[in-house]
Amino acid sequence: MALPHQGYRATKPRARAAPPSGDPLLFDDTSSGAPPINNQNYYESGYNMGAAAPAGQGASGANNLFTDPMASAAMMYGSSLANQGKDMVNKEISRFMSVNKLKYFFAVDTKYVVKKLMLLMFPYTHQDWEVRYHRDTPLTPRHDVNAPDLYIPTMAFITYILLAGMALGIQKRFSPEVLGLCASTALVWVIIEVLVMLLSLYLLTVHTDLSTFDLVAYSGYKYVGMIFTVLCGLLFGSDGYYVALAWSSCALMFFIVRSLKMKILSSLSADSMGAGASAKPRFRLYITVASAVFQPIIIYWLTAHLVR
Amino acid sequence: MAFTLYSLIQTAILCTNAIASGVCACLYNWGFVLFQGNIGGFGDEPGIKAQLLNLIRSVRTVMRVPLIIVNTVCIVLLLLFG
Repeated sequence: MALPHQGYRATKPRARAAPPSGDPLLFDDTSSGAPPINNQNYYESGYNMGAAAPAGQGASGANNLFTDPMASAAMMYGSSLANQGKDMVNKEISRFMSVNKLKYFFAVDTKYVVKKLMLLMFPYTHQDWEVRYHRDTPLTPRHDVNAPDLYIPTMAFITYILLAGMALGIQKRFSPEVLGLCASTALVWVIIEVLVMLLSLYLLTVHTDLSTFDLVAYSGYKYVGMIFTVLCGLLFGSDGYYVALAWSSCALMFFIVRSLKMKILSSLSADSMGAGASAKPRFRLYITVASAVFQPIIIYWLTAHLVR
Repeated sequence: MAFTLYSLIQTAILCTNAIASGVCACLYNWGFVLFQGNIGGFGDEPGIKAQLLNLIRSVRTVMRVPLIIVNTVCIVLLLLFG
């Protein structure tokens, strides 16, 4: 039990050592039983092992490396250079998008993923669709099953591309360019959908707290439905494809309408005095329903050619 | 409908060209005159038309110079590589 944990943990703290912001909601590790105070020790040991590896193997190699002043100086210079590069990259990236906001979307754990996947496939029994808040910031996906995340859409997107390649290979229509084409097509449709949603939300001055990443998350959830549909189409033939398409379309439409209703329809309008208010809920309803109806169309469009 | 990266770039360039200097220019002028005609209350929420005009005007202001550069690069590349 200890040995696999050690091998698993040696890679995780390396990614976690970079952000020192220390938000306890984000970085509580609920997936293993080891206490978090060992992070620092694991990081040091991982770093030392990584540094000693090029010199040779074992303790004698480490001793030789550190007693040679030139090599140790070069190693320290290299590590400081790497740190500088890392800081520069972080600074440049944080100019375009807030990395902390992005981290919020990837703070998931296994329980959340399982519940969310079941929710995407069968949302009809879920009662409470409200996103819970914790002192004005939304709760991370780890603590609230209604919160959108970006982990599931990303994984589903990659799985969809692999599945598309496999489906085309089964039909002997595979070539490596097809994978890239499929990936860029799907990505472009996501971008188009997010842009159209952003444009319509801006034009109707709907003041919600839906950020761009939220919209990307909500439009990425359709890939789960697509994977399910393609799998059923491959396993059960054309009939299974249409049945799965109908099922996942209905589930996804219900999910999108219920999720976006909370965010769009009940948000405060800038015009709270009477006259224009009657038009606004109608347009917001149109947006929500249009976004929901778009999902089955795009699922059909992107998967029909895979299950011939 | 398969999208390659190049067709995406082309679409984006054409769309911003249209907004910044194309057909929408006439629409913008016409709509701007109408908009000046009935401003509406400043405390109220601006309607769709006002939002759209604001959007078009800000896109034109921001994207004028970069669009010139990008269009020139695109023309040169198309001339060289067909």
